[in-house]
Amino acid sequence: MAALFQAPTAFSSSNSLDSNKFNHSPSPRSLSERKSSILTVRSDARSNPLLNSAAHKPHRFITNAVATKPDTSLASTSSKPGHELLLFEALREGLEEEMERDPRVCVMGEDVGHYGGSYKVTKGLATKFGDLRVLDTPIAENSFTGMGIGAAMTGLRPIIEGMNMGFLLLAFNQISNNCGMLHYTSGGQFKIPVVIRGPGGVGRQLGAEHSQRLESYFQSIPGIQMVACSTPYNAKGLMKAAIRSENPVILFEHVLLYNLKDRIPDEEYVLSLEEAEMVRPGEHVTILTYSRMRYHVMQAAKTLVNKGYDPEVIDIRSLKPFDLHTIGKSVKKTHRVLIVEECMRTGGIGASLTAAITENFNDDLDAPIVCLSSQDVPTPYAGTLEEWTVVQPAQIVTAVEQLCQ
Amino acid sequence: MPLSRIASSSHASNLLKPLSAALSLCRSISSDSTSTLTIETSLPFTSHKCDAPPRAVDTSASELFSFFRDMATMRRMEISADSLYKAKLIRGFCHLYDGQEAVAVGMEAAITKKDAIITAYRDHCTFVGRGGTLLEVFGELMGRTCGGSKGKGGSMHLYRKQASFYGGHGIVGAQIPLGCGLAFAQRYSKEENVTFTLYGDGAANQGQLFEALNMAALWDLPAILVCENNHYGMGTAEWRASKSPAYYKRGDYVPGLKVDGMDVLAVKQACKFAKEHALKNGPFILEMDTYRYHGHSMSDPGSTYRTRDEISGVRQERDPIERVRKLLLAHDIASEKELKDLEKQVRKDVDDAIAKAKESPMPDPSELFTHVYVKGLGAESFGADRKEVRATLP
Repeated sequence: MAALFQAPTAFSSSNSLDSNKFNHSPSPRSLSERKSSILTVRSDARSNPLLNSAAHKPHRFITNAVATKPDTSLASTSSKPGHELLLFEALREGLEEEMERDPRVCVMGEDVGHYGGSYKVTKGLATKFGDLRVLDTPIAENSFTGMGIGAAMTGLRPIIEGMNMGFLLLAFNQISNNCGMLHYTSGGQFKIPVVIRGPGGVGRQLGAEHSQRLESYFQSIPGIQMVACSTPYNAKGLMKAAIRSENPVILFEHVLLYNLKDRIPDEEYVLSLEEAEMVRPGEHVTILTYSRMRYHVMQAAKTLVNKGYDPEVIDIRSLKPFDLHTIGKSVKKTHRVLIVEECMRTGGIGASLTAAITENFNDDLDAPIVCLSSQDVPTPYAGTLEEWTVVQPAQIVTAVEQLCQ
Repeated sequence: MPLSRIASSSHASNLLKPLSAALSLCRSISSDSTSTLTIETSLPFTSHKCDAPPRAVDTSASELFSFFRDMATMRRMEISADSLYKAKLIRGFCHLYDGQEAVAVGMEAAITKKDAIITAYRDHCTFVGRGGTLLEVFGELMGRTCGGSKGKGGSMHLYRKQASFYGGHGIVGAQIPLGCGLAFAQRYSKEENVTFTLYGDGAANQGQLFEALNMAALWDLPAILVCENNHYGMGTAEWRASKSPAYYKRGDYVPGLKVDGMDVLAVKQACKFAKEHALKNGPFILEMDTYRYHGHSMSDPGSTYRTRDEISGVRQERDPIERVRKLLLAHDIASEKELKDLEKQVRKDVDDAIAKAKESPMPDPSELFTHVYVKGLGAESFGADRKEVRATLP
């Protein structure tokens, strides 16, 4: 496997940057701004003739890439503009590329094959790769998750799809005991390179049982990694990274984000599973968020900018382990933290993040950490009530104003 | 004594080393020790939706001898584990397999190391059957670094990847979907191997068994589900837990076979038959009618839900080791004294392994954090208490 080059600071690796990818001169911006520029590191990626030949393939392999906001002056990495697609298509692209690259990668889940996936993430893959590689399972989450894990013990790399994350509660035993712990209890003999993915989160009036956020339940399982994607760019990158990882990874997607449209590079790229994404650098307050709440935060950010605040928005992406490096740097700069999440208040990701930041960066905080999460209630069906269970941009604005007093 | 010297040459190494060369040194074993003997199983097979295999089993003198030796080693190992547990050297859960040795040994005789086996928590003897050493078993039971899982798994988590032994699982029934996953991988990679997924009569009522069976039958996976029916799910007798205790029939559309699990030759025959079937036609169910002498685990005396007469009755009439002993004596393969000497040697081997395991150290505290994640590909983890740091903070 190609050795990954991880640079703690952006420009310490400048001698290995490929010059024609980096087509602007570094301007004197703050360190956080610099970190957000895209690093192109040429690794010794083996030339793979199976890469999709969509655009021409210069075999640039972008590792450790961090997305920029589309409307900053740091343009996309290359002179080529990339292609536009929706988030579910980005997931599918990542999946397809990995399946072409490695014959051991297979997908299993309900309606992933002939139906094409309930959110079209696996559309067309069954015709291309066959029924065994894109397997339609019966409605038996516990056992097909177990089956995927058993297959992974022998060396296959299954991607297990839960049609809705909430259904994976039925497979909790398999995910917790077998998936997370087998590498440890076997003394390192078995690796479980599975990816468990599916949509979760509060949708449009889907009802309580179909609007669950499972990241809080899975976060204490030792041995697994959890990531949440939020844009087409990071969806594809995280999907590819998750498939290539030797550890079990749970990829949390969101029902309402599947139709987001964005431009992504034509070149192959893989993101780092443990890195957070700097969405908007700022000076006054650090706002940590993930998945759909990123968009609520950005909406609130517009209002806040008009009011004269300068929030720094970080999409934490990696829910387990937290990227305390990026978060720490931000906290040391702004000294105020607001966490905005869709998880429940009790025992959610925000609760763990609050504890982690307080433990590590307490001296750098000027004010207590504020955590905005969903209410501890089953998600109601009525539209107005549902709106009240999740965090809205107005609440974010109010919280920042109070925090920055 | 030539026999004891032969046995000591296999001390602390793979139990299943062929004895045929060594046996030729022994006076009373016939020179054609690998010639085929045909012996009838004690009971006929009962089948469900398939034809039963014949009762006549082909074996050989050396194979019978190896059965005796392996089962005697397993028996002695389990009894010693009992004493170690009472001496508080083994803690937690310890589920002993004595009485059921014929299932492990008979199965090994019918398959190769490329065929996969996965079982539940009563796994010490299955591990040994797959090539695990006594040192690894005792080391793991006592939590030492020489253990099969480096002391981090314990009694219920013995694994041996190189011999396709996938464990060792604590949650009842959870290994069944894993076993179907192993069979799926075998079908995916087009290997001509099968997976034996073992479970007990208690686990036979788990929903995931039927879910997995449905999928295995749907996709013709080479999975053989083996119910080790020792008639008690911890303290509950099978007639109190299952409406239909005919576990071999529970597969409905999946063919099944009921086997006398105390007869190692019957087990061998059935497993061979099942493997041929699974490679062609998909899943198969085997019900091994067996018995455990100990309680469910060391914390269960095993006598509150069954009578001592029942236990001793089974021991007198159906004990697997005694059955093979009688066969060896009847066919003049070994003498009474040789078998006794072998048992003494086995006892010594087990005691030596225990002594060696006791010398092995406990794992270093830093081992607490190893093997949580697989290293490489940027997968270092921070952990809740930040034991692994990827970069220094500014």
